[in-house]
Amino acid sequence: MNSQYVLKMEGITKEYFGNRVLNDVNLSVRPGEIHALMGENGAGKSTLMNVLFGMPVIHNTGGFSGTIEVGGEAVTIDNPQKAMELGIGMVHQEFMLIPGFTVTENIKIGREKTTPGIASRIFGKALERLDVDSMRKDARKALDTIGLDIEEYVKVKGLPVGYMQFIEIAREIDKTGIKLMIFDEPTAVLTESEAERLLEAMRVIASKGIAIVFITHRLDEVIAVTDSMTILRDGQFVKRIETKETSAVEIAELMIGRKVEKLLDDTTDERVLSDENIILSLKNYFVDMPGERVKGIDLDVRRGEILGIGGLAGQGKLGIPNGIMGLFDAEGTIVLDGVSIDPKKLGDALKKGMGFVSEDRRSVGLLLEESIEHNIAFTAMQIKGSFLKNIGVGKLYDAKKGRTHAEDMIRQLDIRCTSASQQVGALSGGNQQKVCLARALALHPILLVVSEPTRGIDIGAKKLVIELLANLNRREGMTVIVVSSELNELRSICDRIAIISEGKIASVMKPNDSDADFGLAMAGYKERRKGS
Amino acid sequence: MRDKLSGAFKTIGLPRIIIFSFFLLVVFGAYHYDLGLPALFGSVLRRWGMFGILVLAMVPAIQCGIGPNFGVSLGIVCGLLGSLLVIEFNVSSFLGPWGAITVAILLSTLFATLVGSGYGLLLNRVKGSEMTVSTYVGFSAIAFMNIWWVTLPFTSGEINWPIAGEGARTTINLASSFGELLNKAGGFYLYGEESTGLYVPTGLLLFFFLMCYIVYLFMKSKTGKAMSAAGANPVFARASGINVDKMRILGTAISTSLGAIGIITYAQAFGFLQMYNAPLMMGFACVAAVLIGGASTMQARISHVIVGTFLFQGILVIALPVANKLFVGTDLSDIMRIIISNGIIIYALTKAKGGASNEE
Repeated sequence: MNSQYVLKMEGITKEYFGNRVLNDVNLSVRPGEIHALMGENGAGKSTLMNVLFGMPVIHNTGGFSGTIEVGGEAVTIDNPQKAMELGIGMVHQEFMLIPGFTVTENIKIGREKTTPGIASRIFGKALERLDVDSMRKDARKALDTIGLDIEEYVKVKGLPVGYMQFIEIAREIDKTGIKLMIFDEPTAVLTESEAERLLEAMRVIASKGIAIVFITHRLDEVIAVTDSMTILRDGQFVKRIETKETSAVEIAELMIGRKVEKLLDDTTDERVLSDENIILSLKNYFVDMPGERVKGIDLDVRRGEILGIGGLAGQGKLGIPNGIMGLFDAEGTIVLDGVSIDPKKLGDALKKGMGFVSEDRRSVGLLLEESIEHNIAFTAMQIKGSFLKNIGVGKLYDAKKGRTHAEDMIRQLDIRCTSASQQVGALSGGNQQKVCLARALALHPILLVVSEPTRGIDIGAKKLVIELLANLNRREGMTVIVVSSELNELRSICDRIAIISEGKIASVMKPNDSDADFGLAMAGYKERRKGS
Repeated sequence: MRDKLSGAFKTIGLPRIIIFSFFLLVVFGAYHYDLGLPALFGSVLRRWGMFGILVLAMVPAIQCGIGPNFGVSLGIVCGLLGSLLVIEFNVSSFLGPWGAITVAILLSTLFATLVGSGYGLLLNRVKGSEMTVSTYVGFSAIAFMNIWWVTLPFTSGEINWPIAGEGARTTINLASSFGELLNKAGGFYLYGEESTGLYVPTGLLLFFFLMCYIVYLFMKSKTGKAMSAAGANPVFARASGINVDKMRILGTAISTSLGAIGIITYAQAFGFLQMYNAPLMMGFACVAAVLIGGASTMQARISHVIVGTFLFQGILVIALPVANKLFVGTDLSDIMRIIISNGIIIYALTKAKGGASNEE
């Protein structure tokens, strides 16, 4: 029997409704080892962890194939309870703590120590008294292990975010027989010094023989703390390597590297771009969008270019357009074509010539119950007063104008529908996206911002949407900003790509820069790269 | 043909088909028992117009996103107050009955707009539980005004209690001001003669349809469209530069004003102002009517108002004598009314979709 590995997952394959998200993936972790699980968004890290924990989402969708061994023995894990019994613990990205309970209560919840009393002798074990003293001792021990110096009797409510993370960890190590702990992006919400302490705590835990699987995007943390790593890309197993035998550059390359599929055929390019001719300029720009905070960026967009904004999820790229549109609190100067935009005034950016296609098509982008015609006309009617007719006492929606315009757009953008009066909720994702674009175009914007233009639409429609954007830019001379988490998409149409990491611009790159450079920029790798 | 039929079935909707069948059934029953159909139909028409505008008040409320306005009683008390002032100052003596009703409507609308805006501000602070809050606002408004009906220093003999000489009576006769004014304007007997015939309250119905048309036009305007979008999808509306809270306040104010106009129309058709607790449950009947007509808690159209009010009042008017004939010696009328109106509200609420349940 081979018990060299505390966890060994082999040949894990998982499909969601015919869509293969994991393909023959292996993961093996030795006792006392810190092992990184790396990959871009959508590489399959979360799915792999869901498989390991026997989450219902896996088993409700047809299960998976492959084998899992814990401590050298083959196991079937069909519910999270089972995973815990096998000694696998998880530190969540969102804290699962009860604010009104004390630290001790949070650590011992579900595993309270009790002593029998009169009531329990009559009514059974459920009414035994809590052995508070011994629970406190346990909690203290767990807290000391990871070096967290707080009193075990204070309430969790009001503690700094960093502490909550540590309490979660303390809860996991307090469980007897814990062999493996999963840290799911634990440093994402921590400040730098807190993150360092967390890494230190991880080392301490590992030195006690507990293995750690560390899921993170931050390359420098991986280099600093891990012993080995597994890299996934698009659901494929890429490589398992020892950290000391590799470098940040190689890791980045392995994460990103892929054949660039062509989304756009070559077109003649007669545009003249100049650094003097700036259409949009952001200075010292902050956006407070939960989960996508922008923490001070300066960015100039040249007239007539297609600028890409990329980066991993949660780094702040989505905050940039949403802040300009006034949908979330934003600060800083925004100047569009010489006119400054007040992000606190809803609709100001629209009035001054911006068009916006939201990343959240179904909830922000469309009125799903309304017709295509109304969806296309709506914003232009509200902002510019188009599609209205005067009836003396007031202005009414001009159904004729709206209908003709909608039919025009349906033809131009090739929206597949039964008629302009069809409900947009009944359209396919790609066609819905075209309706969103048509709505933005009805404003005749001088700058079009498109957020995640191809999210959730099939490859054929993807190509059409990308071509459409390129056409708008090449033929109509419209400046376009594309915000996308799909690097490949950005690299196929953009003139420049700004990579956002931790709310700041990590680097503004050219589409033909190397995979490694893109990977490093996206991971926010702090060492200076050579040649840039 | 089959597609067309199933399409028509879908647009009409199962509940309306059931209720309409039930309506036909009771009409047949009334004919069978020889209950005097012409007079009954006349009564249906009258109540259609009486309740129509109160039901219409639900449309802006539902469209702007606050849901069915159970608190329409706020508008109702504004309407009552406006009417009382008109009687108190005896407006009809120098402006005539038409002048009196116009002044009553203008005054009430003014009050209702102010009160409605404040009510809108309140509803903006309780997003997500508007229906519960509006129900209690409605109840409280009635209770609150009960205090004022007793204490306001009215001096008109029409208003005050005859013996005590102060405080408003429970029912106030409108004969000297604008009682049955709209009903009689252009009204005629379509069939039969006085007291047993089918009387058409032309003015009342025209006024009801005129109000429907005005609201319809408003819904087609830029502001109306913005308001509907704010109700249907607040984030979408925000992304198009619309101040959602303002739109909700506007919708609430319009709904409250329509409630005020509605109660004046109702009172003139009835011939009396009903004070104190009489309008307490009126909100429920209005919500039930618009829901019968096919509205949901998220979407309501004018057609829902017209169809819903007709079916709801039609069944009440015709079913009750039939039921009393069927089950002799019982008084089923009020029980039926309560079962129908509350049953329909429950049905509609089970169909209500909001927030997460809209996701697929």
